[in-house]
Amino acid sequence: MIAPIEESAVARTSAETLLELRELEVDYGIGDKRVRAVDGVDLEIRAGEIVGLAGESGCGKSTVANAAMQILRPPAHLVGGSVIFQGEDLVGKSTEELRRFRWRNVSMVFQSAMNALNPVMRVGDQFVDMMQAHERISKRRALGRAADLLEIVGIDRQRVRAYPHELSGGMRQRVIIAMALGLRPELVILDEPTTALDVVVQREILQQVQDLQRELQFAVLFITHDLSLLLEVAHRIAIMYAGEIVETAPAARLATEPQHPYTQGLLESFPPLSGPRARLTGILGAPPDLRDPPSGCRFHPRCPHCLPERAGLYARQTSERPLLREIAPRHSVACHLVEEEGAA
Amino acid sequence: MSTIAPLEVRKLSKRFAIGSALRRSHVHAVDDVSFDLRPGRITALVGESGSGKSTVARLLARLYDPSDGSVLFEGSDVARVRRRNDVRRYRSQVQMIFQDPFGSLNPVKTIRHHLERPLRIHHIVPRSEIDERVHELLRTVGLVPPEEVAAKYPHELSGGQRQRVAIARALAVEPKIVLADEPTSMLDVSIRIGILNLMIRLKEQRDIAFLYVTHDLASARYVADDILVMYAGQIVERGPIEAVLSDPLHPYTRLLLAAVPDPAKQLHMERIEIRKGLAAAAVDPPPGCRFAGRCPLEIELCSRRTPALVEARPGQSARCHVTAPSTS
Repeated sequence: MIAPIEESAVARTSAETLLELRELEVDYGIGDKRVRAVDGVDLEIRAGEIVGLAGESGCGKSTVANAAMQILRPPAHLVGGSVIFQGEDLVGKSTEELRRFRWRNVSMVFQSAMNALNPVMRVGDQFVDMMQAHERISKRRALGRAADLLEIVGIDRQRVRAYPHELSGGMRQRVIIAMALGLRPELVILDEPTTALDVVVQREILQQVQDLQRELQFAVLFITHDLSLLLEVAHRIAIMYAGEIVETAPAARLATEPQHPYTQGLLESFPPLSGPRARLTGILGAPPDLRDPPSGCRFHPRCPHCLPERAGLYARQTSERPLLREIAPRHSVACHLVEEEGAA
Repeated sequence: MSTIAPLEVRKLSKRFAIGSALRRSHVHAVDDVSFDLRPGRITALVGESGSGKSTVARLLARLYDPSDGSVLFEGSDVARVRRRNDVRRYRSQVQMIFQDPFGSLNPVKTIRHHLERPLRIHHIVPRSEIDERVHELLRTVGLVPPEEVAAKYPHELSGGQRQRVAIARALAVEPKIVLADEPTSMLDVSIRIGILNLMIRLKEQRDIAFLYVTHDLASARYVADDILVMYAGQIVERGPIEAVLSDPLHPYTRLLLAAVPDPAKQLHMERIEIRKGLAAAAVDPPPGCRFAGRCPLEIELCSRRTPALVEARPGQSARCHVTAPSTS
């Protein structure tokens, strides 16, 4: 049985902030056709912490990850905010400085990363390439390390000689995770790392990531649409909606005391596998078109607590943007209702 | 609740040939599959990718011809009907909803066009009533106001709305059976429940027999009455869904259950044993249980003889020599 490490345990091992995103703003396109995909996101990741970022497609969660890695490509571009890694702002760093920083300090695994392996190169040689790009290491030593890394993710070390097509999808994804861990980065960003895989393989990979994380103590930013998965693996979870973080809390607290109506609706969208079979409602409507986001609180058109009868509150909900406010230690919510009444 | 099965699947098999003429082998995508679909009941067909679950749905929709076995619809075998009229009649009774609501609608035609077509082709209502019926269908699937939605093009709708259009189109011919192949897997999580609730409402109000093909056990438990668990082309466990999921017989069902995140017990993630064996080997399978290589309960018999589907508890059957031994 794996229980997420207690919040206090994380705080004990280190309270050092590893990565801090401040007022992050990312646009797609320019001029009139500009779409603000990420709108003022603040997020902090401490050393050795697993932070989950959950939201629906198009909410901007992957864009946040790409901005953190400074790999935004046109038409996406950073228009504001800073990405502070171990006290240094990455925004404005030269390509060469960023190249050294990536993989060594922060590595990233994408959803379809298993397709990123070069099909005509042996797996081991791809590890060698990656290592030699960052440090002086002989091919023989690099291959030895590659074999060790494969073993860590549960793949036979002989497989350094295999070509990607000789491995299953799950194994290829594990190879990528092994590569991402290869230079012992302080932070690993996992962007839907198991979404394309079957549940049993998904669970195997997550178990290995958790084991490795506990052993090597790297921090993880885990991005997925599957909140039920995050509740199991993350220490802390941030919920994104339409380009903004609407709630962030320790995983256990988010599961039992979600405050934002969107978080509540999202939790209500995953039917349970045990306990009573109650009717769920999900969330009415659909996520907004970011070319024309709703005024005020972006969730208000879908919010069950946004009612014209309550004129004062309604006016705020429809015209004023709610800000993230801390309502309990490490638990913040951006909601007018919570602000006025203490609970949604 | 009616007990007459409008669709009876008996010993259905589908083999696909692979390789060259000299080294021909066969993928046993569907192997000896039998079950019934009953009015007003949702049957979940659950399995991982490659288990053959979508092939079963496609066989029932007559998109493939079976290699063996039969599909009895109201008593007559439709698996091999060839005459146009017979196929058309069957298709007016059995409709399919696909995974991709983006690919299944014609981008240059309005929503009205998509719903009118089946009404005309199958002569469901007189021409004068077509408009009215289109609007009624849109209301049924929760797309309002219908006049406005009918005039739109697919790209003007969200994924969830498009899937509702696909469901409305399936309902247009007043089918007795609806085959839904992963209808929610491409939709955003917050709108999936809406589609599942719609399926439940339709089964209750229209007495439709649903086959719900999915890899998602939690959503299966949410909508379905019965479950069929597939592994490597075979049904390995079947029964009333609550019975199967609360106390599964087959080791594969147990593995699946342990692997699925359950928000109801989030802080108690179950640890599964990682096994090296390859999943779902259905290429020219040797005799024996196909799960044997990954199974923690394996005994000597498992690699020698293919287990039969044995009813070990009332209504609940499994293909396992250990947990559902054959009595003969």
